[in-house]
Amino acid sequence: MQQIVVEDLTKSFRIGVRAPGLMGSIKALVKPKYERILALDRVSFSISRGELVGYIGPNGAGKSTTVKILSGILVPDGGRVTVGGRIPWLDRIEHVRGIGVVFGQRTQLWWDLPVMESFDLLREIYDVPRDRYRHTRDDLIERLQIGNLLHIAVRQLSLGQRMRCDLVAALLHEPELLFLDEPTIGLDAVSKLAVREFIGRLNRERGVTVILTTHDMDDIEALCRRVMVIGNGQILSDGTLADLRASVTRERWLTVDLAESAAATVVTDPDAQLIRQEGQRFFLSFDPQRISVADLIARIARRYAVHDLFVENPPIEAIVARIYERRSKSSAQQ
Amino acid sequence: MKAYRAILVSRFLTLLQYRSAAIAGVGTQLFFGLVRVMIYDGFYRSSSSPQPMNVDQVTTYIWLGQAMLLLAMFDADKDVAAMIRTGNVAYEMTRPLDLYSVWFTRALSGRAAPLLMRSIPIFIVAGLFFGLKMPASISAAGLFVLSAFGGLLLAASLIALMTVCLLWTISGEGVNRLAAPMIFFFSGLVIPLPLFPDWIQRAIAVLPFRGLIDTPFRIYLGVLNGPSAAAALLHQIAWTAALVLAGRMLLNRGIRRLVVQGG
Amino acid sequence: MILKTLQLYRSYMNVSFRSQMQYRASFVLRSLGHFLVTGTEFLGFVALFQRFGQIQGWTLPQMGLFYGMISVPFATTEAVFRGFDTFPNLIKSGDFDRYLLRPRSTALQVLGQDFQLMRVGRFSQALIVLFWSAGRLNVDWSPGNITLLLGGIAGGACLFAGLFVLQATMCFWTTESLEILNCTTYGGVETAQFPVSIYRGWFRGIFTFVIPLATINYFPIHAILNIKDALGSTPLLQWLSPLAGVLFLLVCLQCWRVGVRRYTSTGS
Repeated sequence: MQQIVVEDLTKSFRIGVRAPGLMGSIKALVKPKYERILALDRVSFSISRGELVGYIGPNGAGKSTTVKILSGILVPDGGRVTVGGRIPWLDRIEHVRGIGVVFGQRTQLWWDLPVMESFDLLREIYDVPRDRYRHTRDDLIERLQIGNLLHIAVRQLSLGQRMRCDLVAALLHEPELLFLDEPTIGLDAVSKLAVREFIGRLNRERGVTVILTTHDMDDIEALCRRVMVIGNGQILSDGTLADLRASVTRERWLTVDLAESAAATVVTDPDAQLIRQEGQRFFLSFDPQRISVADLIARIARRYAVHDLFVENPPIEAIVARIYERRSKSSAQQ
Repeated sequence: MKAYRAILVSRFLTLLQYRSAAIAGVGTQLFFGLVRVMIYDGFYRSSSSPQPMNVDQVTTYIWLGQAMLLLAMFDADKDVAAMIRTGNVAYEMTRPLDLYSVWFTRALSGRAAPLLMRSIPIFIVAGLFFGLKMPASISAAGLFVLSAFGGLLLAASLIALMTVCLLWTISGEGVNRLAAPMIFFFSGLVIPLPLFPDWIQRAIAVLPFRGLIDTPFRIYLGVLNGPSAAAALLHQIAWTAALVLAGRMLLNRGIRRLVVQGG
Repeated sequence: MILKTLQLYRSYMNVSFRSQMQYRASFVLRSLGHFLVTGTEFLGFVALFQRFGQIQGWTLPQMGLFYGMISVPFATTEAVFRGFDTFPNLIKSGDFDRYLLRPRSTALQVLGQDFQLMRVGRFSQALIVLFWSAGRLNVDWSPGNITLLLGGIAGGACLFAGLFVLQATMCFWTTESLEILNCTTYGGVETAQFPVSIYRGWFRGIFTFVIPLATINYFPIHAILNIKDALGSTPLLQWLSPLAGVLFLLVCLQCWRVGVRRYTSTGS
């Protein structure tokens, strides 16, 4: 069943362009100049109830614009959007009753209040019946283990503690749809795991639809069966993570830090491509099916005075860049 | 000496950047000045008995007040207040500069920039359209500038003293919040000092606050000239010196107190 | 539904009060400071009346009535509508989006942000002046007159509230600080402390028709004191004038809604 339907969603922003300096300010006053930025270019997708979707893309790609429109706080220029049968921005109050939103970098809790009191205030705002609220609240507190934090003022909490409290806050009114924007950013490893585990369980056991916007590929790997990639206002890819990986790149990156003594050397390898050099640090891209991680590391360590090295997935930007390449290649072939 | 000049200049230049705020402030002040002038005009038209100042003088006084508002409307240095609150003031004390002089210099430059930015437009507009008359004479104009500078120094000494008081957290805040309106009142910005009832004139004459704006204004109007002007200027200087001394003594005591308490 | 809204507002106020009471000494000092600021200002007027006797035929107790009827509602609005006063910060920090994500009216949430208790300084000072003047004046304080007095104050609170809302609504269109609009609120109070008839034509016109402060005290007082209005208003107008404030507030709230719509169309 389609919970969210998005068709040809289009949104552009008008940004004032102003030359620097005093003359620029005066000119801007008299004859303002604007630049039109196309944030979303006929974006289409649909999401069923109970899905856990990852929504990734570089900064400025249109992620937060999409989320704002879906949550009803931004009006698009064109296209059709329905969430649960409603048009979000036309029916704002009823629409937001059924969604929860968590921003990784901003809390919705009252800064000076003990956590519990923020929860109580939210109960009133969302008009949740007391018994139901108590049941939901206590269950969430238990799951996210914040029982010992309830009487502490939010301003005194660590980032990890605050995020867990924000998750509870967003779910007190039992929304069917949850938007998570960078929920694990800045968290320590233990908190990240706790948050991921919670979200996964929430989705599996309660069937809450989750849209996860993040730069952290580990979040995606742990949680999302489905991943949408957006770049420059367009959906570049929509499928499973495995498909994305397989179709776009098997590539992995090896980062090598040379020892101080090996000053003038450049790290190269026949089976790897040098992407970037930053001082003594070299970023190499390679295909693990062509040469195994172990073999490459061994070879590099034999030939160079290595201080440190690590292997990782290419950053989102690289994946998206690859997608662009293939896109333009395939359209060139047509 | 160079260090203090650096502080003075840099703060002055920084505050010069707040041009748009200054323009908005000027607009607001022109409005308030206009309302007051109309009110006083209404009063003067209602009675024919002689007054210590005539309506034209009062009008000029009021506009001068709007132009030089920042000489009597102030509170303690906000940055220093924040430093004291967080305890960072301890670091300030380890620097090789004399702390009082630093705070005094900050107070001075902190007022000078906005004062200049606001007073010049108000002088021009009020002078052209709203009844701000020229100084009584060329010597009055010169003495006015001199005593206005004296007022600035006096204001700085008051601000510095108020800032020092903040080292005593609650009573310091008390002094600041309660003293400010009283200073404002006895400076002549609520109603011109000459219009106060006779029985309070003696007290007003003794207090330091008339040196902030009332003295410069009376000199401008020619009400004070020659020996009376000299006496008033001396009053400014004497009080400034006294307040500087009081400020230094209080600061030393405050520092000792902080050190004893462990910051 | 309305009951629940009121209950929510009461919870908001609870939160705001407790937060302010955490800094009790500071609150007391600030309130006292405000009391002194407004008190010394009024003392200045007392001194002027001593010198001049009257202003355009108006005596000190009469002026006190004008003063009280404009300052009491203003202090009330300063306290209650503080959230709109600090609204620019909410937009800049992006926290206004959070209000849109909650199933409540944005105006209610902004209102609930803060109830600034320290405004009790100006409020109590104005109340003292009002009582003193009301006592000194030779007025028959009939139920009718008292109603009109309270009506003027209520209408005044609405009018000032409308001005605060309007000032905040401007933030949806520009990021510039609109300090100059303080002329309408703080400047308005300064102006209407005295009968508007003492001002020059165009100035008086603005504060009678554009920002109808005259409806708060000037017209009602003529009815209360049973004086013929030099500007020619009729008793009917004088009795109905406080409603102008209420109407003004409703118009401003409508402007707010338009502002929110603009915000959601153009993004932050």
